[in-house]
Amino acid sequence: MKINPLRKNIREWGMPHFFCPGCGAGQIMNLFLRAADEMKLDMNKLVVIGGVGCTARIPVYIKADALHGIHGRCPAWATGIKLHNPDLKVVIFGGDGDIAAIGGNQFINAARRNLDITIIVNNNMNFGMTGGQAAPTTPLGLYTTTSPRGNIERTFDICKLAEVAGATFVSRWTTNYPLQIVKTIKEGMEHRGFSLIEIIGQCPTHFGRYVLKSARAEDSLRWMKERTVTKEKAEKMSEEELEGKFVVGNFVKKSYPSFEDKYAELEKKAQGEE
Amino acid sequence: MNKKRKILTGTHFMFGNHAIVEGAIAAGCTYFAGYPITPASEIAERMSKRMPEVGGKFIQMEDEMGSIFSVTGASLCGAKAMTATASAGFNYMQEGLGYAYAVEAPLVVMDASRIRGEIDASHADVMQPRWGASGDYEAICLTPSSVQELFDHTIEAFNLAEKYRNPVIVLIDMILSHMRERVVIPDPDEITIVNRKKPTVPPEEFLPFKANENDVPPLPPFGEGYKVLYSLNPHGEDGRIGWDPDIHEKLYKRILGKIRNNVDDICKYETYYIDDADVLLVAYGSQCRPALAAVREARKRGYKVGFLKLITIFPVPEKIIETLSKKVEKIIVMELNVGKYFFEVDRVAKKNCEVVSLLKDRGTSFAVEEILNKIEEVSR
Repeated sequence: MKINPLRKNIREWGMPHFFCPGCGAGQIMNLFLRAADEMKLDMNKLVVIGGVGCTARIPVYIKADALHGIHGRCPAWATGIKLHNPDLKVVIFGGDGDIAAIGGNQFINAARRNLDITIIVNNNMNFGMTGGQAAPTTPLGLYTTTSPRGNIERTFDICKLAEVAGATFVSRWTTNYPLQIVKTIKEGMEHRGFSLIEIIGQCPTHFGRYVLKSARAEDSLRWMKERTVTKEKAEKMSEEELEGKFVVGNFVKKSYPSFEDKYAELEKKAQGEE
Repeated sequence: MNKKRKILTGTHFMFGNHAIVEGAIAAGCTYFAGYPITPASEIAERMSKRMPEVGGKFIQMEDEMGSIFSVTGASLCGAKAMTATASAGFNYMQEGLGYAYAVEAPLVVMDASRIRGEIDASHADVMQPRWGASGDYEAICLTPSSVQELFDHTIEAFNLAEKYRNPVIVLIDMILSHMRERVVIPDPDEITIVNRKKPTVPPEEFLPFKANENDVPPLPPFGEGYKVLYSLNPHGEDGRIGWDPDIHEKLYKRILGKIRNNVDDICKYETYYIDDADVLLVAYGSQCRPALAAVREARKRGYKVGFLKLITIFPVPEKIIETLSKKVEKIIVMELNVGKYFFEVDRVAKKNCEVVSLLKDRGTSFAVEEILNKIEEVSR
């Protein structure tokens, strides 16, 4: 039997993983491992973090130091880790619920500090693990298990939220863009500062079945593709035209001292004082 | 670095919350995260000044959940880490404490408990360290009663946390937080410091959650190749998440067992005038101060009253309570609440003697006279 060479960085006991057939989380794990391998990342110096939810399971499977199991608090864990040991690479895998709902405060404040971490959000526009409930990222008007008459809440734009909060690297792709995702993950991890990579991912089991009336992943991917607009194209479109569209591309990449660097400066000052 | 800046030594007239900070630094604390709340805020303020001086990290987090989780992250990374809060903030920290108990992260939480919505002294939350978090755990909770003890017990809290890989709560109140008293700080080499065990085997042979039922597994810091998964979910000896009921049962037998089987090592208390006592007064925290004064005055007046000063309230020091309950006729448990720790003492002592409550739930300390009245009443 041919074994995927990336399997070396997977915990053997974790396989087979628990993602549904066609789930975007499996793809994202694969693409992350590919990016890590291509950039020759030292797996001994990597800490992967997941909260609660389907995407939060990715760190459980990756062979690295890992934290898992509390909803929304991943950036806070990362803050303690990175402040104590700035040499570690920290990557958070979060669903849209983890990052944009329950973990909102931790997310925006880590971005504000420009903590040197990477957050990969698998935005599948619903709460997948619990049965397809509406999320802050569910598009307006869609039917989910907790919006049986259509979602009346406006949709969070996670990339814009990260940008105004102070993130210094922000990108969005959908799972239709595997090559771009690998490239962006590498860039995001090499970027010194807070990097946010949002990936619109399919949840065929819940979002697919309830919203799109199909449990086939390719139907979800097609639905996403039809609504995807590149950043360049989007710049020439009106707000009305962009309603319900997924704008993809690299939005922010700027240089600003990371929180760890600022703290090192402060420490020097404190110890130099008479 | 100027050595004087590092660990404070000598005799000082010190503010309670500052004594906690100096105790933490003496214990080796290098990470503090906090969110402002009265009456604990001066702990964060002093930490913000002191941590960078001693090569440690201070961060003011965005909320108490942020504080407790960043402390947990730092702890698993190898730091001795602490946060401080007060009742309402301690509520928010229960989520993080539940996780820390499950993955056995050593950390220290100062809880300056207060009356609901106000800062006045209260022990309304005395049971919260024991039952606040979800899931199974055994809490360790210390209750200092003077500024010197704030310093001493902060060190003890870190030592217990490191030794047992368990969160340790120090329950105080505004009376102690804002008290100024003399503190004598010994030289660093005279202070006993306990550090967590680290693995002695290479990563491929290491099982991160394997230990005997009354023991604690070694804890490697992140970044050394051990690749440990710290999950809230039930986990086996190698860290794997497992839904087999045996995995859950075995894990929690050990997490509870490491505390339950070492109660004698963990529990600290002091006894006064107990040899011939007919009545025993039991108090904890700030209330040990008027309690001891009242017992001394009652002795002068001829009452055979003794005093049990609890330093560790969790685990409950059942052995000493039971021993003393066989010697006396009555036990008075005094508390600044509607009667809560009373039930712990009553549970242990009621088969041997009568246990009564002395309560004050007004946000203020007991007066010596109020305690004396109760001693006289039960001695009749």
